[in-house]
Amino acid sequence: MKRFLSLFLACLMVVAVALTMASCENEEPTGDGAGLPYGFEGTKELAAQGAVNGVAPTVTGDVSKIKIGAILIGDASEGYTKAHIDGITQAAAQLGIQESQIVWKYSTPENEEVTTRGEQLIADGCNVVITNSYGHQTYTLELAGKHPEVQFIAMTGDMAATSGLSNLSNAFTKVYESRYVAGVVAGMKLKELIDGGKLTDANYDGENVKIGYVGAFNFAEVMSGYTAFYLGVKSIVNNVVMDVHFTDSWYDFDKEKAAAASLVESGCVIISQHADSAGAPTAVEEAFNAGKTVYCVGYNVSMLDVAPNSALTSATNVWSAYYSYAFATAINGGKIATNWSAGYKEGAVKITELGSACAEGTQAKVDEVIAKLKSGELNVFDTSKFTVDGKTITWAYATDSDGDFAYDKNNVVADGYFHESYVQSAPAFNLKIDGIRWLNK
Amino acid sequence: MAEQTVKTKKAPLFHIVGRGRGQLPAYLAWGIRVGAFLLALLLNAAFVYLVVQVDPLTFYQTMLKGAFGEGYLWATVKGAAKLLCIAVALAPAFKMRFWNIGAEGQVLVGGIAAAIIMFYCTNLPPVVIILLMAVCSIIAGGLWGLLPAVFKAKMDANETLFTLMMNYIAMNLVNYFYYLWRGPKTALGKINQTTHRGWLSSLWEERDANGFLVQQEESLFTNSDFWFVAIIIVITVLMFFYLKYTKQGYEIAVVGESRNTARYAGISVNKVMLRTMIISGAVCGLCGFLVVSSQSNTISTSMAGGYGFTAIIVAWLSKFNTFTMAGVSVLIVALEKGAAQMANQYGSIGFSPAAADVMIGIMLLLIVGSEFFIHYKVAFRKKTKEVAAV
Repeated sequence: MKRFLSLFLACLMVVAVALTMASCENEEPTGDGAGLPYGFEGTKELAAQGAVNGVAPTVTGDVSKIKIGAILIGDASEGYTKAHIDGITQAAAQLGIQESQIVWKYSTPENEEVTTRGEQLIADGCNVVITNSYGHQTYTLELAGKHPEVQFIAMTGDMAATSGLSNLSNAFTKVYESRYVAGVVAGMKLKELIDGGKLTDANYDGENVKIGYVGAFNFAEVMSGYTAFYLGVKSIVNNVVMDVHFTDSWYDFDKEKAAAASLVESGCVIISQHADSAGAPTAVEEAFNAGKTVYCVGYNVSMLDVAPNSALTSATNVWSAYYSYAFATAINGGKIATNWSAGYKEGAVKITELGSACAEGTQAKVDEVIAKLKSGELNVFDTSKFTVDGKTITWAYATDSDGDFAYDKNNVVADGYFHESYVQSAPAFNLKIDGIRWLNK
Repeated sequence: MAEQTVKTKKAPLFHIVGRGRGQLPAYLAWGIRVGAFLLALLLNAAFVYLVVQVDPLTFYQTMLKGAFGEGYLWATVKGAAKLLCIAVALAPAFKMRFWNIGAEGQVLVGGIAAAIIMFYCTNLPPVVIILLMAVCSIIAGGLWGLLPAVFKAKMDANETLFTLMMNYIAMNLVNYFYYLWRGPKTALGKINQTTHRGWLSSLWEERDANGFLVQQEESLFTNSDFWFVAIIIVITVLMFFYLKYTKQGYEIAVVGESRNTARYAGISVNKVMLRTMIISGAVCGLCGFLVVSSQSNTISTSMAGGYGFTAIIVAWLSKFNTFTMAGVSVLIVALEKGAAQMANQYGSIGFSPAAADVMIGIMLLLIVGSEFFIHYKVAFRKKTKEVAAV
């Protein structure tokens, strides 16, 4: 036994020495977009290569030739995946694609199971393969490298452009536009409450009215969304501050409910969210029914079921806008855009039905704002409308070229606004603007 | 009153009797097993028909396609290999009557060790990285297995609970590194995606001057999955010989049969226990390395996929014979894949993954249950006895 243990310890020491001598270091990846200029002109060039905000082209090819494989993180019982399933089936129905031409892979974890199921789909004859979760992406990328004849779509991903693969695409809607509009709805309500003298001192922080936001993570995707919402509210009521409470989870009913309850307790008048459960609206409805002045703005689905008295509206995606574009393009033998991002103009985002609690004139205001967003007269991230550390921003990078999670390339501020979802379809806005506070990071 | 006394004395309608050793002929034992399997298939067909009204023939076809169909077979082979590897790792411990419930955790720490090398030591040549990963995984798994054995040997700590709890520590260690490396992204994804460092495939991949991969002709030897399965088959064969033909294997058997006999025969029980648990954990650790280097190229708590627990059933059903384990592993994974195919094909009409789990549950219950009837028999009350009692 002693001999055995000493051998074991010796092995351990050898490895330890080897580890120290190896001077372990993290090598930086190279070869992605090197040599491109860092200024906006270069960014514009880059954006023009990849990003297409296309709508579905007229089908000219043979519809029966397409076979779609969908690798999904959940199933129809979960809101995020259901929205994708609906988008895919609606787009298919619109284009005359039969049910038998779609193969589903439900509840796929973010591991090598993606590779396995992708290979199965290809064996089943699929020529367009979709993965709907960010965590599927690295596996999708490997599959795309091995199967150049199949088009792969990594929804919400960000690696298609840098991968150098022509058969890999990313897509994300400009959901920040619908969040901005949802913010306008909330702003209208807030204005009505202020004008009607319904707010108390507890609802104010100095001169400013307090609103709250339940966010999943402090990533660009969430930051872009809550900033858009805040700016929407601010476009109606200028003296407003927002507290953000993070839950560190995409879906956690109890945490979201608790976060919303504490925001309400601190005096926030409007609570919005970027997390997938109905926890926040549930808390708001309870507080409302207990006599508090508080309203909520949801995400993904209408919250009128759970908060009939206090829900104003929800910001949501219309995935069928993308899927019909992608399928029609594939049927026509075209190449699906490397980075696709679209908003109101292409019908890819919307807000859900307005609740009865909404202020008078909200619908008219909403229509007006949507029209301006469509025409390009209004930009959500207008640099004259917000400041960072008291200053107006004049430049901001939107690409992380060395994998250290910090943007270091491709300026996207020009013509007076931050060009969101410009070089990549996934949101890039991660500035901490004045007036928004993080409560728990 | 008198009647009541008589009634309580009456033998029960049936009682369970152990069959003792070797009472049931092999053909009958297998008859019971096959019968149970067929019954499980019938019950499942009925269940599926009740849930989604799919006829039995289509149901069996779907199951077969999901498990062995073209393009689907490899997934079953890979899954069975992983399950087999863990079951093989458990075999020596269980044979010794040391209840190692910690295989899941031992695989995870093996995976973590491999991933740490992969993440931080990217400057080393590919072969060195892979070897270092393998060695570290084996050590990590071995240590994870050794710890409960030390406590068992020194203070007779309950190894079942100890190894079980070690699983949760390992899971949270995985989470720690996962979140550390993920940074402000939604998911970690594959590690070293551009360089492929630490991926088994880096051993044979070629790159051009710009660092892009050169397309290679496909062959078995440039296929990570092939090596994954091949290495596990080698481990299985080695373990078979280790348990059956070596002195150490014999010691394990003796300790398993009776600790006192082992002591009387001059075998140091503690030494055998520590050594065997290092081996058991080390093979689990190696499995973690294989998964990380050839399959996932990253870490997540789903790395072992619950197979650390399923392997316990496999090891038991196989009576610790490593070759039987191969068969049982294939059977269980084939069922899983078949059930998953059902959920995918009929998910849109209401056959959820939960329904697939019910199917697997029915199958396992009957398969494991059949072993009961092989070892025990049900003795019914005999008429004559009853008369005698009255």
